[in-house]
Amino acid sequence: MDTLLSLLHGFTVALEPSKLLFCLIGVFLGTAVGVLPGIGPALTVALLLPVTFKLDPGGSLIMFAGIYYGGMYGGSTTAILLNAPGESASLATALEGSKMAKAGRGGPALATSAIGSFVAGLIATIGLAFLAPWLVEVAVKFGPWDYFALMIVAFVTVSATFGDSPLRGLTSLFLGIALGLIGIDKLTGQARLTFGVPELLNGVEVTTLAVGLFAVGEAFYVASKRFRDPEEIIPIKGSLWMTKEDWKRSWAPWLRGTAFGFPIGALPAGGAEVPTFLSYSTEKKLCKYPDEFGKGAIEGVAGPEAANNASAAGTLVPLLTLGLPTSATAAIMLAGFQQYGLNPGPLLFAEKPDLVWGLIASLFIANVMLVILNLPLIGLWVRLLAIPQPWLYAGILVFATMGTLAVNGSPVELTMLFAFGFIGYLMRRYDYPVAPMVVGLILGPMAEAQLRRALQISLGDPMILLQNPISATLLGIAFLALVAPFVMKGLNRFKASED
Amino acid sequence: MTNETRAQGADKPALIVGVLLLAVAFLVGYDASQQTITSTYGIGPTAMPYVVACGLVVLGLAHFVTAFRGGLPKPDAADSQALLWIAGGLVCLIGCIGLGGGFVIAIALLFACTSRGMGRQALAVDLAIGFVLGLAIYLTFAKLLTLILPSGPLERLFL
Repeated sequence: MDTLLSLLHGFTVALEPSKLLFCLIGVFLGTAVGVLPGIGPALTVALLLPVTFKLDPGGSLIMFAGIYYGGMYGGSTTAILLNAPGESASLATALEGSKMAKAGRGGPALATSAIGSFVAGLIATIGLAFLAPWLVEVAVKFGPWDYFALMIVAFVTVSATFGDSPLRGLTSLFLGIALGLIGIDKLTGQARLTFGVPELLNGVEVTTLAVGLFAVGEAFYVASKRFRDPEEIIPIKGSLWMTKEDWKRSWAPWLRGTAFGFPIGALPAGGAEVPTFLSYSTEKKLCKYPDEFGKGAIEGVAGPEAANNASAAGTLVPLLTLGLPTSATAAIMLAGFQQYGLNPGPLLFAEKPDLVWGLIASLFIANVMLVILNLPLIGLWVRLLAIPQPWLYAGILVFATMGTLAVNGSPVELTMLFAFGFIGYLMRRYDYPVAPMVVGLILGPMAEAQLRRALQISLGDPMILLQNPISATLLGIAFLALVAPFVMKGLNRFKASED
Repeated sequence: MTNETRAQGADKPALIVGVLLLAVAFLVGYDASQQTITSTYGIGPTAMPYVVACGLVVLGLAHFVTAFRGGLPKPDAADSQALLWIAGGLVCLIGCIGLGGGFVIAIALLFACTSRGMGRQALAVDLAIGFVLGLAIYLTFAKLLTLILPSGPLERLFL
């Protein structure tokens, strides 16, 4: 009952006309940027973060929610029409979606992904609203050692378990943690790794790293192989609307996808690619027309797309209740929270209920707006895909540097952006995942702070980590997740490429 | 063929990554060893850097092992001219901002160079497009969002 009351209160916050406007702008911008090839939700949020810089926290977080969902939807449009998934979570959608588009059924593919995202988003947001307060109750009892152990789990699952190569994932993670060391140590005031450069005293900005790795790196990467794979837009032919048959074949995959996506997203197990592929293979098994798979089966779009959206709402559970980002997008959203001096976690629910419940309510609203906005505007989004590639990437770089300039326009910051861009290019070239680096930068300092707090309480005895049941269990899980891929080499792991 | 690759032995990129990781580890460790402030109880600000440095050393050594066992994925050849154009555009941007040339000119240069790098052959037209784009962004930010972007002589005409 408390949850319902809080949620109703959240709606009164989110339904103010100004908040609705922010939400609408967010959904619109998010879709517009997310639809551009090579740009996934993480980058969409990173690029648009500066736009929300001067708004009040409530309004901009609501805009954020819109950007997040909009970016996800835009990503699946690109996956279906270009066969160019902007992020690993859209890989499964692209498999069947692009085949459907080639067969002249692009309209129904986009429609089932939009409506499926809506259904999944709605159910998963309800799940979030009811799970979050419960988890907050649990989280209040967490000690620093438990938080530390949770972060270790997140480190391992983000970098080692689901990538192509645990070695490359861990390398990316450790470089991120090393970057997180730069700056003044918060507990003692000791400057670390600043080499006398005053601009480095405040540490490396998460947005600079993310935009550098994702946007600038992607631009370098695309430019370096531009003669190799020209992308072709598949024009939408025929009706946009789903037939009765399409509906009948879509509803069950939507629900099953949601059932995969939300719980896996809510666990600190990183990424939406696992539930999307689980959903894809389940639909393939259950489908009455299995021979259609590989040629454009609508179930193969409906299921993974729902799983993708549900897991996105799922990742908000650890983010809001524990302050724990488990995906690159969530890491950047956390940076957004911190930009306004807000620290997600159990305290935020107690101190700023307006804000948290307003955000959750606006997730519902963003979802509704997305369906209303996107079905009629598909034509517009498709036209965005037709921007000539040189202008497209030049524009992306302009936006990327604009964000950095607006927040901190020093040449040092720009040089870092450039350097991170080049590192991002090299990482793409040699197939290193970039998301763990972003997560390492933001979680590294948090993990260090929790560990030091824990050891201060225990007067320096590290056994405290193993004497508490919760932290001991979590560390055990992390250890297993780290060792398992090395032990079971050759075991089929999900192939995950990056944003 | 196989004999030749065997004889050559190590995968060069993997070796380079390994060396770089060891270098970063050394840098992190050295910086920690030079720190003066210590914590009286619990662990101090040097502990985490040492842990990270150790991790990086292990990963660096693992890369050496990888280098002899197949190495990193082999990428396609890269178009270095395209990369140079984009890098040049970013250097122009940094220089322009650093020397006080202002936002609009910097963006125009970046836009034109990137387009050139991505294969367009109309530098003058793209400069003009970048200029208009930069001006539009500058005015939007300054007037609507009250965010101040770096200004040069050109921007001062408008404010």
